[in-house]
Amino acid sequence: MAYAPHISQPVSVRAVMLKVLAALVPGIVAYVWFFGPAILVQIAIASLTALAAEALMLRLRGKPVLLFVTDGSALVTAWLVALTFPPIVPWWLTVTAILIAIVIAKHLYGGLGQNPFNPAMVAFCAMIVAYPQLMSQWPRAEMNTFEPMLRAIFSSDRQLDAIVMATPLDALRTILRDPEQRATIAGILGSHATFGNIGGRGWEWVAAGYLVGGLWLLQQRVITWHVPVAFAVTLAVIATGFNIANPERFVGANFHLFTGGAMLGAFFIATDPVSGSTTPLGKIIFAAGAALLTWIIRSFGAYPDGMAFAILLMNLFVPLIDMHTQPRVFGHRRKSET
Amino acid sequence: MLELFAFPGGVKPDSHKEESARTPIVPAPLPPLLVVPFRQSATGGVDIRVQAGEQVLKGQCIGSAEGPFGTCVHAPTSGKVVAIESRTLPHPSALAAPCAIIEADGTETWRERVPLDPYATDPAQLRARIREAGIVGLGGAVFPSHVKMNARIDTLVINGAECEPWITCDDRLMRERAPTIVAGAAIIAHLMGAKRILIGIEDNKPDAAAAMRAAVAAVGQGEMQVISVPTRYPAGGEKQLIRVLTGIEIPYGKLGPDFGVQCFNVGTAHAVARAVLHDEPLITRVVTLAGNYVRPGNVEAPIGTPIDALLALGEPKADTDRIVMGGPMMGFVLPDTSLPVVKATNCLLAMSPTLFPPSPPEMPCIRCGACTRVCPMVLQPHELYWHARAKNFGKAQEYHLFDCIECGCCAYVCPAHIPLVDYYRFAKAEIRAREREKAAADRARERYEFRKFREERDKAEKAARLAAKAAETKAKLAQEGAEAVIAAAQSRAHAEEKDSS
Repeated sequence: MAYAPHISQPVSVRAVMLKVLAALVPGIVAYVWFFGPAILVQIAIASLTALAAEALMLRLRGKPVLLFVTDGSALVTAWLVALTFPPIVPWWLTVTAILIAIVIAKHLYGGLGQNPFNPAMVAFCAMIVAYPQLMSQWPRAEMNTFEPMLRAIFSSDRQLDAIVMATPLDALRTILRDPEQRATIAGILGSHATFGNIGGRGWEWVAAGYLVGGLWLLQQRVITWHVPVAFAVTLAVIATGFNIANPERFVGANFHLFTGGAMLGAFFIATDPVSGSTTPLGKIIFAAGAALLTWIIRSFGAYPDGMAFAILLMNLFVPLIDMHTQPRVFGHRRKSET
Repeated sequence: MLELFAFPGGVKPDSHKEESARTPIVPAPLPPLLVVPFRQSATGGVDIRVQAGEQVLKGQCIGSAEGPFGTCVHAPTSGKVVAIESRTLPHPSALAAPCAIIEADGTETWRERVPLDPYATDPAQLRARIREAGIVGLGGAVFPSHVKMNARIDTLVINGAECEPWITCDDRLMRERAPTIVAGAAIIAHLMGAKRILIGIEDNKPDAAAAMRAAVAAVGQGEMQVISVPTRYPAGGEKQLIRVLTGIEIPYGKLGPDFGVQCFNVGTAHAVARAVLHDEPLITRVVTLAGNYVRPGNVEAPIGTPIDALLALGEPKADTDRIVMGGPMMGFVLPDTSLPVVKATNCLLAMSPTLFPPSPPEMPCIRCGACTRVCPMVLQPHELYWHARAKNFGKAQEYHLFDCIECGCCAYVCPAHIPLVDYYRFAKAEIRAREREKAAADRARERYEFRKFREERDKAEKAARLAAKAAETKAKLAQEGAEAVIAAAQSRAHAEEKDSS
């Protein structure tokens, strides 16, 4: 017999996941516009692999396959993997990454809702450690280079010189850390073809696309303001502070927000409810911590972008954060005795 | 203008009030046979005062209140008690309890009625009248009202919010009988020493609010106000309404009077006025027939009327597959529609698969936090679910499981369609069962230890008694022995004297 309540809102896990996918579309459109349709090929590879891996794991775990395969969660993971990886990584790298995300990071921890780490970020970190070179080959913006990019994905004969260029974060880091260059940040940003108006050329528009999609998710109440606002504000404040203190060494807030994974991370990755904090204050601490770690890794670390590592590190703190940020229960005093 | 406070969380389901609120309350026809449970509230005890075969008058007390929580039970009509037997109650537990089966004689002959002037009556006597009238909370919780009235307060809150979708019995009652409700509220306020009366009505019932305002204006009661509160479920929850009207938050384990406030439903206030001013005990109540009916509406039914008889008045449509007692957020599916109307029967919601589609399959919790945003008690429903599911009851209590009012907001918004409230009810029941077991074990241990102590004490006492007795005997023997020796010696001496003489 069914018990109360006997009515429910017409919401579902699938609807939530489909909204997240829809919100990624503006960013993907900008991506295709500036970097060609190769990313769509990667999204397709990632999606198919994710659905197959999901179905296989559900079968092995004795779960209802159709119900869970169609919940959309595997597709969200697949799209985030594709969007955080260079669009010209070989197909097998994408496949391996998805298998790591779906099989290890998701299902071996108990499947949907049970994973303590963000699966897409686990895959990213595993791949950047295992294949640092492949993971740092990014295409140039504004070149119709679909054919060589397609060859890069599917052929073992990768002739990339014509299409590859360092990402803005990578370029900035390399130049700044080379004492021979004696470059200033203003000089670098102004002169180099990698950089656009505020972030990386092309990438700033992709980030703007993610921003638009993310704001729509906010409006749809799929996510709350806490994570994106705390992430962006923290990153902006730290970047601005250091930029003012030492403009020769530290780049400003706009650049940080509109390059690399910052915007995608703020709206789509740090907001992952399963691996993130669930209390309002906890979300703020989680996102602020992720932003701080991102900035530290970007500014001092061995990898150009720190988003993925920052998220995984903060995932570790989630139980602790949740435990200490419980809101005041109705009628109780704040430091209520338990 | 009174400053209103917001309560946290809440949801806004479609109210569906119009269908049943359109028409006036109609009296239900007197059924030939009534089944009156002697147990009308979860806490109250009753002493059965009639026997099978006895004639009863309308309003006659057939079960007198027992214990501090007991309230009287009355014959809803005149007739003959044909049997006293155990019947299933319309309660989520579906437990059986003794009921009086009354055959109506159709004459509706009242017992003698003695109206009271509440303002010239001793408060204790007034409270006794309310208890003898069998008045319990008519919002659905049926808690004995006289218990709640045993306190002094500043503010009396009258609950006309009626936040559950579909239910309109309070709405109609306020529209049609506002003066009686206002009189009842004034009596309660007088009894409890309240300085002001705040009547809260959700703003989706403008007609009810207007009728109540007119009634308040007519009596010119000084500190009585009708206040429209924003429509948001569960605004009619006692704690939520008190919060909205006064800003006071009553935590779990505390009562309104601890904060100088108490809350009664409009139906309860109405019943108090009828009981005091007309000496009519609580023998009828207004029941909403809403949902899948041909003729939805409200009926005033004698307690004990078979639910089937009321359903016939509304005529459930052909595809009706179940009847819920209460509203869609907190009501329960009746196992059987032949059960009687009780004081808690505020609504009989007819359900069909099209009107109330079954819940889609349950998915795992994705910690999306939708539940935490709607919880009016600011709990973490997903954490409670997690711990309840793992039977980690200690942890569930740490997360304030017992603060949960089971309003159902969390389950209503859950995208994974998890029946969250079921998990909380399960955890609460388990914890209570364990506490009972522990208490029983404690009592058994105490009994055992006391028995051992008693046995040992008895043994020791017995030993002491025996020892004392032995000593006594010995002493006696010794004394007797001595006396005998003396006597013997004396007799010998006598004999010698005789011999020598």
